[in-house]
Amino acid sequence: MDFSQIIPAMPGLVDGMLMTLKLLALSVVGGVALGTVLALLRLSSNPLLSGFAKAYVNYFRSIPLLLVITWFYLAVPMLLNWITGSFVSIGAFTSCLVAFMMFEAAYYCEIVRAGIQSISKGQENAAYALGMNYGQAMRLIILPQAFRKMMPLLLQQSIILFQDTSLVYAVGLMDFLNAARSKGDIVGLPHEFLIFAGAVYFVISFGASLSVKRLQKRFAV
Amino acid sequence: MSMISIKNVSKWYGDFQVLTDCTTDVKKGEVVVVCGPSGSGKSTLIKTVNALEPFQKGDIIVDGTSVGDAKTDLPKLRSRVGMVFQHFELFPHLSITENLTIAQERVLGRSKDEAMQKGLHYLDRVGLKAHAHKFPGQLSGGQQQRVAIARALAMDPIAMLFDEPTSALDPEMVNEVLDVMVELAQEGMTMMCVTHEMGFARKVAHRVIFMDRGCIVEDCAKEEFFGNIDARSERARQFLSKILQH
Repeated sequence: MDFSQIIPAMPGLVDGMLMTLKLLALSVVGGVALGTVLALLRLSSNPLLSGFAKAYVNYFRSIPLLLVITWFYLAVPMLLNWITGSFVSIGAFTSCLVAFMMFEAAYYCEIVRAGIQSISKGQENAAYALGMNYGQAMRLIILPQAFRKMMPLLLQQSIILFQDTSLVYAVGLMDFLNAARSKGDIVGLPHEFLIFAGAVYFVISFGASLSVKRLQKRFAV
Repeated sequence: MSMISIKNVSKWYGDFQVLTDCTTDVKKGEVVVVCGPSGSGKSTLIKTVNALEPFQKGDIIVDGTSVGDAKTDLPKLRSRVGMVFQHFELFPHLSITENLTIAQERVLGRSKDEAMQKGLHYLDRVGLKAHAHKFPGQLSGGQQQRVAIARALAMDPIAMLFDEPTSALDPEMVNEVLDVMVELAQEGMTMMCVTHEMGFARKVAHRVIFMDRGCIVEDCAKEEFFGNIDARSERARQFLSKILQH
């Protein structure tokens, strides 16, 4: 075992980690936003809207993430090509980002829905009684309280997403794992680099998980 | 002049009828107490007045505006009618001042300064000015309910609805809330109050409505309701004998 070669490979590994974190951050923001919209649709009294949201959530929760990633990478450009008649390149990063957002939105939707439902009907009534419309009641009264309650769950789901971003190796994006793998291959030390990568994933995920637990305790008091 | 006019209102939850042909009137400046056993539909009735509960038959006219009309701007109508809830329903993520000002600013479009001035004025009136910067969770139940009353008053309502405002309170906090309500009634506020506080009813109510199983069974002047018990329906007499015993 020779771990000394990891030091000179650091710049490439850092770039990979930055790619992972960028993908994670944008996916979480987009996924939570889309998930919130889906949750509101799902809770709507309109059967068409809630039916659409329900079908969306059930569909994306029933297929593997890897499939969504490759599907967006291969099929979407083909589809765009077929529709527009010209060649459109959307690139690995964008296709991965869209895949993560749409896939994770299904999971975030269920968390946000539970969060909204945990806020008592009385709060909604009080907002309406003061003359607020649906949008104001949601934006100013219900969602701020719901997000506070579901913060631990949202973070926990995001930690899972942090690990799942490594699936982008399938379309050749240089995230942290892919960078570690290729650097290891170049210097002929794949095991050392993979062990190192595993340790980094563990430290970050487990550390984040512990802080979420601590946060949860503080919120509970 | 009638401020709230409830005309033949009926409401069903599926097959179950919760309100049956309810008709009554609250005049400007009048204080009407609604009482009755639990499950009699009194909370449901008061919530139909500002359309928090929809109804299927009849109509309610609030200051000339029909609540049942699909074209009515319900948020606007609600912004003109104050409501106080059993469980206070202050917004726990907002400070007391924010609770008082948020609807004034977002719904009525008042400036920050004006909303703050108005909010603090009413907070002072319910005797809680010193608590302006706290959060709801730091106040007692009685204090929270007084803030809730101030929050409703800050909207300059044309009438106030009270839905069992003291029934979730510890006994020693009931009076501080009733005192505020009595003061309000004596100033001529139009009030419709669902409450079991018969002392309050005797003191300030003009009329008492007694409900049972979704129907308005009694609707008469306070003096008649408490003074001429023999003329009351069997059900109302039973109810009164139970709650006035102690």
